[in-house]
Amino acid sequence: MMVKWFKSGSPWVWLSAAAVSVCILMVAALLGLIAARGLVYFWPKDVLQATYHDPRGESYRLIGEIQDTEEVPVGRLRENGIEPPGDESVYIRYLVKTGNRDALGMDFRLVLPVFLSDVEYPRELMVVERREWGNLYGYLREVKENGRVVAKGAAAAEALRVRLKRTLELFEKIRHIEKDRIGAINYQLERLRLQERRLDLDNDHDPAKRAAIAMQREALQEEYETLQKQRNELFPLLNRDSFSAEIMDGRTVEVPLAKVVRFYFPNAMGPVDKVGHYFAKLWEFVSEEPREANTEGGIFPAIFGTVMMVLLMSVLVTPAGVVAAIYLREYARQGFVTRLIRIAVNNLAGVPSIVYGVFGLGFFVYFLGGNIDALFFPEAQPTPTFGTPGILWSALTLALLTLPVVIVATEEGLSRVPRSVREGSLALGATKAETLWRTVLPMASPAMMTGLILAVARAAGEVAPLMLVGVVKLAPSLPVDGNPPFLHLDRKFMHLGFHIYDVGFQSPNVEAARPLVYATALLLVLVIVVLNLTAIRIRNHLREKYRSLES
Amino acid sequence: MRGDFDSMIGNSSASDSLTATQLRQRTRILKDHLARYAVTIGGIGVIIAVVLIFFYLLSVVLPLFKPAEIEPVASYRLSAASTDDQTLHLAMEEQAEIGVRFTRSGLAQFFFTQSGAVMTEEALPLPSDVTITSFASGAPESAIVAFGLSNGTAILARHIYQVSFPNDKRVITPKLEYPLGEAPLIIDGKGRPLRLLTAQSDQEQTSFAAVTEDDQLVFTHFAVADSFLDDEEEEGERERTSVELEGLPDHTAYLLLDAEQDHLYAANREGALSVFDLSDKGQPALDQRLPSITEGSKVTVMGMLSGGISLMIGSEDGRISQWFPVRDDSGKSRLTHIRDFDSQTAPISVLTPEFYRKGFLAGDTAGNLGIYHATAYRTLLVEPVSQQPLQRLAISPRANAALGETADGELHFLRIENEHPETSFHSLWGKVWYEGYSQPEYVWQSSSASDGFEPKLSLTPITFGTLKAAFYAMLVALPLAVLGAIFTAQFMAPKMRQIVKPTIEIMEALPTVIIGFLAGLWLAPTLETHLPGIFALLLILPTGVLLFAWLWTHLLPSRIRHKVPDNWEAALLLPVIALLTWFSFAISPVLEYLLFDGNMILWLTHDMGIPFDQRNSLVVGLAMGFAVIPTIFSMAEDALFGVPKHLIRGSLALGATPWQTLIRVTLLTASPGIFAAVMIGLGRAVGETMIVLMATGNTPVMDFSIFQGMRTLSANTAVEMPEAEVGSTHYRVLFLAALVLFTLTFLFNTLAEVVRQRLRKKYSTL
Repeated sequence: MMVKWFKSGSPWVWLSAAAVSVCILMVAALLGLIAARGLVYFWPKDVLQATYHDPRGESYRLIGEIQDTEEVPVGRLRENGIEPPGDESVYIRYLVKTGNRDALGMDFRLVLPVFLSDVEYPRELMVVERREWGNLYGYLREVKENGRVVAKGAAAAEALRVRLKRTLELFEKIRHIEKDRIGAINYQLERLRLQERRLDLDNDHDPAKRAAIAMQREALQEEYETLQKQRNELFPLLNRDSFSAEIMDGRTVEVPLAKVVRFYFPNAMGPVDKVGHYFAKLWEFVSEEPREANTEGGIFPAIFGTVMMVLLMSVLVTPAGVVAAIYLREYARQGFVTRLIRIAVNNLAGVPSIVYGVFGLGFFVYFLGGNIDALFFPEAQPTPTFGTPGILWSALTLALLTLPVVIVATEEGLSRVPRSVREGSLALGATKAETLWRTVLPMASPAMMTGLILAVARAAGEVAPLMLVGVVKLAPSLPVDGNPPFLHLDRKFMHLGFHIYDVGFQSPNVEAARPLVYATALLLVLVIVVLNLTAIRIRNHLREKYRSLES
Repeated sequence: MRGDFDSMIGNSSASDSLTATQLRQRTRILKDHLARYAVTIGGIGVIIAVVLIFFYLLSVVLPLFKPAEIEPVASYRLSAASTDDQTLHLAMEEQAEIGVRFTRSGLAQFFFTQSGAVMTEEALPLPSDVTITSFASGAPESAIVAFGLSNGTAILARHIYQVSFPNDKRVITPKLEYPLGEAPLIIDGKGRPLRLLTAQSDQEQTSFAAVTEDDQLVFTHFAVADSFLDDEEEEGERERTSVELEGLPDHTAYLLLDAEQDHLYAANREGALSVFDLSDKGQPALDQRLPSITEGSKVTVMGMLSGGISLMIGSEDGRISQWFPVRDDSGKSRLTHIRDFDSQTAPISVLTPEFYRKGFLAGDTAGNLGIYHATAYRTLLVEPVSQQPLQRLAISPRANAALGETADGELHFLRIENEHPETSFHSLWGKVWYEGYSQPEYVWQSSSASDGFEPKLSLTPITFGTLKAAFYAMLVALPLAVLGAIFTAQFMAPKMRQIVKPTIEIMEALPTVIIGFLAGLWLAPTLETHLPGIFALLLILPTGVLLFAWLWTHLLPSRIRHKVPDNWEAALLLPVIALLTWFSFAISPVLEYLLFDGNMILWLTHDMGIPFDQRNSLVVGLAMGFAVIPTIFSMAEDALFGVPKHLIRGSLALGATPWQTLIRVTLLTASPGIFAAVMIGLGRAVGETMIVLMATGNTPVMDFSIFQGMRTLSANTAVEMPEAEVGSTHYRVLFLAALVLFTLTFLFNTLAEVVRQRLRKKYSTL
């Protein structure tokens, strides 16, 4: 029976079915993994307190969040000099985030639960997110103003809440002054300097022009000084509050409130509080700037940079791709040459993206950018303006990269427009251009849309070429801001994909940054999956439509 | 519009309305033409832009293979030079504007290289009744010259050039400086005239070696004594050691110290060579004696390459051979013959190394100038400069100018264009014997912190890495994608197909940075801890699936079986496979405990001697396989699905089973399409950047082991490109790497495309 079954070939069918299942499972597992890890990041975890009998040292009090759980074969433990008590072959191991990097030296500890005792989750345990040194875990002791204790014990939490609120407001004010207003003044001062340099270069010694520049500069300087004074008045207010907390090794540490982003008592939080906290963190993630070398805070600049770059790229690639497709399909004489071109275009879709990056760097950045600088920005030399990687060159490079996608999609759309429609239009006396503009293109527009969406999805996820032509790990300013000319095409930008690479692989504290990377990856995957599903939707809808037209 | 309006109200003359219509007609036609031109120009423009990529890459790469060029600028005799005063040494400053000539009478003449006009002359502070008996020049970048005197002493000098900008004009002021003081230094305590001299000097130490008139070798070393008070070097703070050494070849004619002052080479005209080890300055010793280094020919000149490791020997038959110390099996370093250059035929009369690269100039007695690069094993140029023998040669620090003196006392100033001597087919693809290596090897090491570094630009290891990564990726992707495509196209229920196809398309759209990041941060550590599990899975998965299939078709009551519609096997298998995978990973620690004593990696590295990287080819294979599967799957599925249905039905009607039909009919017909799919997939695997960047250690090793990483062309470019200086050899070689990638993928893709187009034609005729 078995032999007959094998002879029928049906086992092979089952095996090939298994191949499909494996592929689907892999996709599901990947998406599931990213979603699970990315979404959990914002959820406040309970903080445990326990006594850890370190097999290689003394016992101590452990306070922290369990970040990860893994199974370790006993051999590996022995290799690390740990002799577990039981005789099992596998042991559970926790990765515990203990925070307090400034006091303890490290954020994380590997802990074997078999050595833990007295595990509890005290409601008074506090988590403090700080602007530097990562989280603090401990018990709130006192709240102070200028070193004087204003609240302690049970009242401390409320006092801390009030004071943190006012400190955050002050912080925001100072940030506004420093970043937005002083930033704008510096920008204008730099422009004045360049104007003056330009006059020098042009041998223009018109005193009126110079006087105007000097006057503007003086006004700016004055404004700058007032702002600085304002800021200096705010500083003592910002720095007056602080609190002290007892951390895991029993020490009491004092933290100024100016360094605190938020605090909470996770073990005392109810489900409603946790959901609130979850969304607050989620909002922070998408709307704030990163902190601590990108390992904390939000990713707003990366989202903004990605969107800007993709928009620019769309503006560049759509007309070029559509025109090329119209030429190939409607105007060029079909024959050997068009076949060759089609092969070339299809081929380009398969050329590695890094090659486009190399081309972009050499041709756009160094050649075009260098020449633009020499012609139009001699005053800024030797600092390059366009002769250095930036968002414009990134958009151009990716436009070139996604060009085949748009051409192929548009061509397919054009080829699906029934001949009868064209002939009808021509028979009614319309010229070729009119036929194209009025009938063919509108019918093919969803196909162009599909092409564009696919191009956008590809561009949003592409990283390798961007590493050469304009992406940076931390951009000081966004490509769009309040300073004229508002859109700064020469600036470098941050990108979601590169952010993942950079934080996940180049960060000094990979372990601490990992949850953030998962969250970023989730966001990127979501964007791309949604874009692709939309494209697939449009395409399927289109096919239905043409089928009905043809019949 | 005007015409319409006029004709509507009917108050215009017929001729007017006619012209108006004509006008409108004409505008329409004009517009039509304009559109045609605009679209044509636009379309062709876009296509040209696309072709530009290839030509731009090529244009950046081509200068790598350009031979050197020389252009004679001027020939002259120095105006103030007395003809009988013999030239000892020539040199030039950074800009190649000013040259210097040291003469036998102790004169340093600084002159303009363009015109030969003497700028200044400086005489050495020679004591009276002493003559110069020998001369030596140190490593070129140190600008050291030393004069051996008839009383056993020597004077050490440096020629330096101060650049100032009075009135925004560059002015170069040359002068001589005496790092160890103007007073002659005692080299030979016995006061014998120094017949041969060699010297090297740097911040910490100065070494002299000399052969006296009665053929004794003297080595004298000056070390700067540690001074805690100030850094100023002062008289009397130097420690002098002087030793006489045995082991000199008879009639020694050449004496050379390396820049590190660790080795001393002495040779005679017959080719006998002695190497002295100077690492212990108090007790230098004879290290090695070579009876003949020239295979019968006579040694005519000896010199060292920049970095002071390679010894270059010119001989009477025009051959130049390179030697450097190589560690043998016992760990002892031995001077070894590396390679020969025999592009010149006349006896080599002078050898001059470049300052910072491993290139050198050679002049011969027929007046030819040769430009070579040692590492690249490349003769860049051999051209006559004069009819007279070349006696002295100097190269500018930037290697863009040379100054040669012929036997008749004439100086020739030449411009050299030689931007990229480091690359040749040999150095890019072949095994190269680099300085300090025990044998020729393929190495990629583009930069290092040290000066005198020999760039190792072999593309072989990274191309190998690229192909290795692609191979492992295909190993994973090929069976999954092709089998999956077969099932989807041939057996799957249409409803399920509607779910599967978009899923695969989503899979294709996933950014590789995400796959790479998961591979590096999640998959690699997971595999490391569950290594036995992943190998167990290879066995468990197929057997488990077959077992399930057997049970399902033979043991399950048909009542239940018929509840599941036909051709939903893939959906049925989902939980089975998930379970099997979980099971394999769950038993992994148990297996590891039972089979490998609790630690498989330790077992691999210790017992099997297989080194293990956490980010290895297995991780890359799985991750990149994942990225390549959808590409192959979609195209193969299209090809299989496009097989005309009547063929399949015919086969089934004749009694073949579905599987037989598939093997004998469908697969055979669609095989070119599947081939094309595989080619495209391979192209993608070759060019993928982010996954390999994140999932491998990026070390350029040449090892096919599945447990080791690799460095690929793409990742290498991504990592090194931002740091490469524009226009440098490194920059251009990276462009070459990109061009290689471009060509590789272009080949795969074109092949696939041509096959596909043929297939399409075939289907339409069937």
